[in-house]
Amino acid sequence: MSIKKIFIANRGEIAVRIIKAAKGLNIETVQAYSDGDKEMMAVKLADHSVNVGPAKAADSYLNINKMVNAAIISGADAVHPGYGFLAESADFVRAVEDAGLIFIGPSAEVIDRMGDKVAARSAALAANVPVVPGSKGLITNNDEAIEVANEIGYPVMIKATAGGGGRGIRVADNQEELIKYTSQARAEAEAAFGDGGLYIEKAIKNPRHIEVQILADGTDAIHCFERECSVQRRRQKVWEEAGADCLDEATRDKLCAGAVELAKAVGYKGAGTLEYLYDEKSNSFYFIEMNTRIQVEHTISEMITGIDLVQEMIKIAGGAKLSYKQADIRRDGHAIEVRINAENPFMQFLPFPGKVVSLQIPTGEGIRFDHFIYEGYQISPFYDSLIGKLIVHAPDRAAAIDKMSEALQGLEIGGLKTTIPLHKALAKDAAIKAGDIHTQWLEPWLDAGNLKEEKAS
Amino acid sequence: MTILSPLPGTFYSRPSPDEPAFKKAGDTVEIDDTIGLIEVMKTFIEVKSEVAGTFKAYVVENSSPVDPGAILAELE
Repeated sequence: MSIKKIFIANRGEIAVRIIKAAKGLNIETVQAYSDGDKEMMAVKLADHSVNVGPAKAADSYLNINKMVNAAIISGADAVHPGYGFLAESADFVRAVEDAGLIFIGPSAEVIDRMGDKVAARSAALAANVPVVPGSKGLITNNDEAIEVANEIGYPVMIKATAGGGGRGIRVADNQEELIKYTSQARAEAEAAFGDGGLYIEKAIKNPRHIEVQILADGTDAIHCFERECSVQRRRQKVWEEAGADCLDEATRDKLCAGAVELAKAVGYKGAGTLEYLYDEKSNSFYFIEMNTRIQVEHTISEMITGIDLVQEMIKIAGGAKLSYKQADIRRDGHAIEVRINAENPFMQFLPFPGKVVSLQIPTGEGIRFDHFIYEGYQISPFYDSLIGKLIVHAPDRAAAIDKMSEALQGLEIGGLKTTIPLHKALAKDAAIKAGDIHTQWLEPWLDAGNLKEEKAS
Repeated sequence: MTILSPLPGTFYSRPSPDEPAFKKAGDTVEIDDTIGLIEVMKTFIEVKSEVAGTFKAYVVENSSPVDPGAILAELE
């Protein structure tokens, strides 16, 4: 059963991306829009559009009943959730399917299972995918703590089961600290939560963030290699690359093959991403979670493999088997994506929902700009600050960084404050060029004043 | 005297749904006191008073959309 009309349950740049993919497959599109989004680009590009309620996302894009009703009325036979909003809501999947429509993504059961940290960890272990090593259960005394720490190796994190928001977490570098911190953590957890239960996990200091893109049809699965997203601010990815040049071939093979095994083991369907922490010193990677949706940074995997991931997920949802075998997937060159946010990087990244007064987009071989803005467009204050993604593709990493620098010079968005100056500075930075980065790198770099406002000349 | 919204977004007169409003009629307002929050692009920004006085009332209801320059509250 192939899909004829897709209801897009999202907004912004990903809605535009889905419309383009659908057009390429000769599929009709219906764009959902809130009262705050009447003028958005996806509404103009889609074949049809449907109002789904007030600007506030909780009353429109996040309201399952309204979204499903709008999809039914529109006559669509499938729903694409994009990312964010209801993309990983198993309840939404059930509501879409109960209405007789196809959800473009995995089943509700798989979303439930992979969305639960403990269940996802067990699924990973069952597929022989390494997870962050730790105590099997709760630690009841110091001897037990010492035994576990010796087994997994220092440094270790001591965590309170009842904790949260960083409370009750301590890092011990040796046995002496372990004993001291275990008692402290237990006392603190008892006082704060009335539960002194502790467990121990290996502390991975300054890890790199590496993730594997997979595509699966419910039976078979393939990978489209890995991405590195270590440049983060407040756990938000800022600058992303495909592939991860810090990996050697053997580690890359192991990482990607394990991701495919896990996807197969859970009967995954659609596009998905397995996220890992990578410890460069020990050349070890640890599964942390699976994102059961298309991701913002899927573009760079498309650039290095030549595969249209959004079209593939639509075809699979329509009942097709994977159109590629693993041997067909070749890695060609290096790609980088930077997130252009309407934020002022010189004022603690304060959101800047202004009006686009002028727009100049760089063009050329290996340059791509996925976005939803146009001259005269008023950026809405009600949603995410991501307004575009500048993507480059070049033969190797050094050439890709140069190309990014060049492309950034050609990208001018008048009327807004954006993160373009941050990316220009990153593209020139020695640590970035050397690939000497990890998830705790960017924030101290910013705190140290490495980003300076250019004087207008 | 009035307190204006510095940004477009959603105005909240309470720190969280279960808590009382930042200010109530008769409260003293000092310069830099937080009187509300604006949610803009999924970020919460504190609205601080640039004037001192006695709080009279919120002009905008909790959880409603505001434009920059909108009057949020009145002081005496």
